[in-house]
Amino acid sequence: MLYREAGQFKTTYAEDMAIFPIRQDRIALGILLGIAFIGVPLLADFDIWPFGSDYLLRAILLPFLILALAAIGVNILVGYCGQISLGSGAFMAIGAYSAYKLGTGVHIPLTWLDFAISIPPLPVLLAILLGGLTAAVVGILFGIPSLRIKGLYLAVATLAAQFFFDWVFLRVSWFTNYAPSGSVNAPTLDFFGLNVGTPIERYMLCLIFVTAFAVLVKNLVRGNLGRQWMAIRDMDIAAELIGIRPLYAKLTAFAVSSFIIGVAGALWAFVYLGSWEPLAFSIDRSLQLLFMVIIGGLGSIMGSFVGAAFILILPILLNLIPTQLGVPLSTETITHLEFIIFGSLICFLLIKEPHGFARLISIGKEKLRLWPFPY
Amino acid sequence: MIALGQFLEVLIGGLMSGVLYSLVALGFVLIFKASGVFNFAQGAMVLLAGLALVRSLDLLVAWGFPVWAAIILGIGFAAVIMAITAWLIERFVIGPLVNQDALTLFMSTIGVTFILEGAAQMIFGSDAYPLRLFPTDAWFLFENLFPGGILVNKLDVWGGFIAGILVAGLAIFFERTKTGRALRAVADDHLAAQSVGIPISWIWFVVWLAAGLVALVAATVWGTKLGVQFSITFLALKALPVLIIGGLTSIPGAIVGGLIVGAGEKIAEVFLGSHIGGGIEYWFAYVLALAVLLVRPQGLFGERIIERI
Amino acid sequence: MLRNKLMLAAAILSGGAFASPAAAQNEQFIPILSYRTGAYAVNGVPYANGVADYYNLVNERDGGINGVKLLVEECETGYATDKGVECYERLKGKGPTGAAFINPLSTGITFALTEKTTTDKIPIITMGYGRADSKNGAVFAYNFPLLGTYWSAADIAIQHIAKEVGGVDKLKGKKISLLFHDSPYGKEPIPMLQVLAKKHGFEFTPIPVTHPGVEQKSQWLAIRQNRPDYVLVWGWGVMNGTAVKEAAAVAYPREKMIGVWWSGAEPDVTPAGDQATGYKALMLQHGAGKFPVHADIEKHVYAKGKGASEPGKVGEVLYNRGMVNAMLGVEAIRKAQEKFGKKPLTGEQVRWGLENLNLSEARIKEMGFEGMLKPIKISCSDHEGARDGRVQQWDGKGWKIISDWYTANQSDTEPLVNDISAKYAAEKNIQPRDCSKES
Repeated sequence: MLYREAGQFKTTYAEDMAIFPIRQDRIALGILLGIAFIGVPLLADFDIWPFGSDYLLRAILLPFLILALAAIGVNILVGYCGQISLGSGAFMAIGAYSAYKLGTGVHIPLTWLDFAISIPPLPVLLAILLGGLTAAVVGILFGIPSLRIKGLYLAVATLAAQFFFDWVFLRVSWFTNYAPSGSVNAPTLDFFGLNVGTPIERYMLCLIFVTAFAVLVKNLVRGNLGRQWMAIRDMDIAAELIGIRPLYAKLTAFAVSSFIIGVAGALWAFVYLGSWEPLAFSIDRSLQLLFMVIIGGLGSIMGSFVGAAFILILPILLNLIPTQLGVPLSTETITHLEFIIFGSLICFLLIKEPHGFARLISIGKEKLRLWPFPY
Repeated sequence: MIALGQFLEVLIGGLMSGVLYSLVALGFVLIFKASGVFNFAQGAMVLLAGLALVRSLDLLVAWGFPVWAAIILGIGFAAVIMAITAWLIERFVIGPLVNQDALTLFMSTIGVTFILEGAAQMIFGSDAYPLRLFPTDAWFLFENLFPGGILVNKLDVWGGFIAGILVAGLAIFFERTKTGRALRAVADDHLAAQSVGIPISWIWFVVWLAAGLVALVAATVWGTKLGVQFSITFLALKALPVLIIGGLTSIPGAIVGGLIVGAGEKIAEVFLGSHIGGGIEYWFAYVLALAVLLVRPQGLFGERIIERI
Repeated sequence: MLRNKLMLAAAILSGGAFASPAAAQNEQFIPILSYRTGAYAVNGVPYANGVADYYNLVNERDGGINGVKLLVEECETGYATDKGVECYERLKGKGPTGAAFINPLSTGITFALTEKTTTDKIPIITMGYGRADSKNGAVFAYNFPLLGTYWSAADIAIQHIAKEVGGVDKLKGKKISLLFHDSPYGKEPIPMLQVLAKKHGFEFTPIPVTHPGVEQKSQWLAIRQNRPDYVLVWGWGVMNGTAVKEAAAVAYPREKMIGVWWSGAEPDVTPAGDQATGYKALMLQHGAGKFPVHADIEKHVYAKGKGASEPGKVGEVLYNRGMVNAMLGVEAIRKAQEKFGKKPLTGEQVRWGLENLNLSEARIKEMGFEGMLKPIKISCSDHEGARDGRVQQWDGKGWKIISDWYTANQSDTEPLVNDISAKYAAEKNIQPRDCSKES
């Protein structure tokens, strides 16, 4: 009843090609963005429930936004281009560490040339974006094997990147500015003279990043490039036959995906953790991101958000519920139960809807269109 | 200069530990061959089998059973547990997911990993339990030829011996028995197999059971090596490069892949790692796998992928 | 389908409700970050049990600290940094006054929380672990690496080796290897050992073991060829037991292996069985065994069926460490109550208590910890409080103490502490406090 598009006529091509052709969708999105951009800061400013403490902001919304951004990156590669990657954690690490290096100043002494390359500490915003760029370059490099290796073989091959960079950031102390423990601290988050310190400022920063990239990616995948990716995903030989260059399509997918993952990695390190070690970007992170994408829905930006929320928040909820209800269980049992229930829910979801939440949402929309008279 | 004795020692040690990885990789191959599922849960299955074995052993010995009887009963109990697990997985996860794409199936096995890890530790405990089924000391060979001799760990020899028996047994099973032939038929094309009357869910149960038993065997060896504890699940990550070097569908490939990975990573770690800071064997195995895949994209013995429009 | 979504949304919202602070009472809230699952559960469980039992004892026997009951909540980190941060955010604001202090039992989580705890004014107790430079309280106002940092541990280990080889001058030309867990935890001692190697003229080789340490064959084959005089083990979890087993396999004498105090507990040696006999490890002052305080725990906690551990495991090394850790926290609160009154205190007030904590021999005896601990006195410039250790050896059945007390040389550690902490202060724009003006 509410969700009818009857009477919404499209009179120009531009209207027909809009991202959200249905007015109700636009309104819903507007409300969502309004809540995110205005509602949350307002509530947090006045300490209104549920923002009385920073828990929700610092421990849930912040990681959610950053991981959703990373999930969008993974989705480009896995969901749109069909190249399974288990190395996303490594690309987050590359983004984080190169942003750290650029943010604290790079100094490469070339003694045999009697010359040193020195870059003064760059502004944080630039450092984060350049960190993403570095990740993109490395992504292209590790994307080259994808021209020959396919499917699950490729997935395992991308683990080479994962383990290699885990090692590099542990062993090469240049990356950690020779910190004795190998754990590094993010520089102060200074954006054009504005110091981003409080949880709500950090939240807004991530929100701006995520929104900007989501819009960018949404437009990218609707365009020429996105169509090339999807053609490669659906059948690469057929795509090649109709004139799509696999080299160009696959490597751009690797580049764009790694760029976004790299930026997310830099945010994760700078904004969320503040101080980190390579273990923060281990294989578990890669698997977690892949989960978000698959549970959320391959090839869906919206799905990346829902998937990230589900994978991130569900374990926390499962862990919280027994203590809050006062069920006398030991932490040990609760965590084991959390594992079992989490695993079961994932299997259940995959069985019920192998295409993830994105598919559920579109089915929901179809039903809503007919509601309340489904005939 | 690298002494010949040391090189041989590292080479032999590497080949041997490679075979131990193969024990875990075999479970992956079995399931992939028969159902196209890349079973990430193999590591968790090793943990479950190991915990079931070691906990029942402790209990039986405490009840006064003689050790040999306790071992037989313990292995029997663990096998039953693996059978139940196989049935549950087939019935509730893999069965309903038939015909889904490889990635979905892969993710569902990660879900299974969570369930198995949680359940195994909840039921059997999350401590480190010592298991001593095989000797773990070493022989020193050719002591007259090389100073200090060449060290060969007895456990590794046992592991190699067991892996040999396992591969031979699996080969006979696949080639000679009726179920084995049915398995191969299902692996080739499960729809065609079903249409000639092969009960597909039974076959899948058999495959998961076989993988569970392989996990049990791996657990006896690795449990002796490490003690049965959660970290045993990390073996899955050591088995993956072995698996793709050999090819996802080849049982001998798992052994050959194990030998290549084991020897390669140990030699790299000892002779190259000391110059660049050490700790390189984890990624070296994967880089080795990547290099092999660039030459042969389906692994050394994997089935050639033929794509048609 | 939409209903599912709504339910999810409702669930998320109610998750927010959980975070709202509990009702105010006369209770002091103490969070426990523990790991009872995952790769390091083997060591995490006995420790967490010791912590939980001691808080329970204070409540059951004394009715809290001067009448202020302890309210404890445990949160599972699984030794993962991001989970640790989430746990910290979840628990820091609970209770009437928020968390009294936090104790992450992971060097990685310590690094991640250092800055956050300073902003939130909650002290972070890292007894026997954490960042070694945080000994300097002038820079790290909220970090308390009580009883010994890794740099003190390295110094004590080298002192013991010197004694075994017959004097400091005999160290010259000796080969000492460090087998370490490849993480911030394992890497902390390296700079200190490099300094000592230069000073005493021994040859130092670090050998990394990749997390979690199930595969160490190449490391030990290299050790077998290199034949170091001593191998220091800086491991955690499965890595320790595997190291002992591999050492046995390459016939490296276990007597020449010295573990740090995190590599010297029962779960580290029992999986190796007889092969572990002779293995040595540092003690963070205390070792295994039962002392008068254990009798209290058995009487007031276990007799009432409130114990967290299997009764047979009370008195294990890591259980005792958890207890000592909890006790120091409780004593800090008690000290702070002297100044701020007998009521629930904020983290900032407890920080004062920690910084002015001074446990005399008599007080330690009174609490039933005699024989486990030496007196400890914390000050603004010294957040470590004490840097003593002994060495114990596994005889196949239990840990036997085989050495006298060693005290780490401040002359060795101090330059490094000042150097690294000054760097941190510069990086973070921290103006170090003037310790002479602190009361």
